[in-house]
Amino acid sequence: MPRLNNTATQWGLLSITFHWLTLLFVIGLYALGWYMVELDYYDSWYRVGPFWHKSFGLGLFVLVLMRLCYRFMSPSPSHLASHAPWEILIAKVAHTFLYLSLIVACISGYLISTADGRGISFFDLADVPAIISGFENQEDLAGDIHVWATNFLVFLAGLHGLAALKHHFLDRDETLLRMLGRNRS
Amino acid sequence: MNRLAKIVAGAVLSFSTVGAYAADYVIDTKGAHAFIQFKIQHLGYSWLYGRFNTFDGEFSYDAAKPESSSIMVNIDPASVDSNHAERDKHLRNDDFLDVDKFPKAKFVSTRVESTGEGTAKVYGNLTLKDVTREVVIDAELVGMGADPWGGERAGFEGTTKFALTDFNIMKNLGPLSQDVEMILSVEGIKKK
Repeated sequence: MPRLNNTATQWGLLSITFHWLTLLFVIGLYALGWYMVELDYYDSWYRVGPFWHKSFGLGLFVLVLMRLCYRFMSPSPSHLASHAPWEILIAKVAHTFLYLSLIVACISGYLISTADGRGISFFDLADVPAIISGFENQEDLAGDIHVWATNFLVFLAGLHGLAALKHHFLDRDETLLRMLGRNRS
Repeated sequence: MNRLAKIVAGAVLSFSTVGAYAADYVIDTKGAHAFIQFKIQHLGYSWLYGRFNTFDGEFSYDAAKPESSSIMVNIDPASVDSNHAERDKHLRNDDFLDVDKFPKAKFVSTRVESTGEGTAKVYGNLTLKDVTREVVIDAELVGMGADPWGGERAGFEGTTKFALTDFNIMKNLGPLSQDVEMILSVEGIKKK
């Protein structure tokens, strides 16, 4: 059983939870996002779909910020000795772009809904106010960025997952197992 | 007087009559004394109002001969504004106006039929989403005369109604929201 925090060889429970929770949020938000924009006007989800999408989207942003803070507080375990330098390099690049596209996706989504100065409801508990609003074509520009950032994010996450499977099934190392909290050693 | 002289005299007379009364006006979009509004029912329970912010146009008006009047308006569909960013974004996409594909809309009058003192039916072609159809605007003169700054102005308001599907807007907003009403409210500044 892993500890709460990371060690030199193990991912801690916090990092593992952040990782898989992010995946859950991203899959759910992506699917809901594409579903809700195609809904018929009289569909019962026409209003609640965007409501959940925005609420969970704000939730994801908080999660990502907490995760990033934690990443700097608790150093990640070192790379496996079997990882080639080129693998380490492209993994770093991919991770950086995963974080970047997560942030851009969240902010661009927020900027669509707040373009006219209206805030966004967070699960009906609180209204998150608009900070930036009213610049020329804000909702259209933010909308385009949102589509590109989220598509790029899901594409990268797919590569990230394939790479994990490659480590697990081809290299037979414990890269994937470590993120599941199951170190061999 | 020989025949030729009669024709020339008649032509000069009619020309000078037109010159005396008919005038061309530029719609005052600069000072925003002109509005292209629309309204459509929401669920059959209320009216939703919106407008197009960017347009320009001109008209000519002759109080003595209203039938010789005409109007032309160019509209930028992307400037649709219903005071709600998400809705405006939706109105611009291919469910509604598809402004990337159809960046221009216009109304050009074909004939004017006077219906009374200061009222008229303005027939013309409305082009929206590359569909051109005849619509009839019920128009009335609001007022005309000198403005306080040395110019002359005339203002009209008119309404027309059509089905969204007439112009290939196929998104179904419900049985009571099939038609949209357009309100054209313009003030023109007389050209010098």
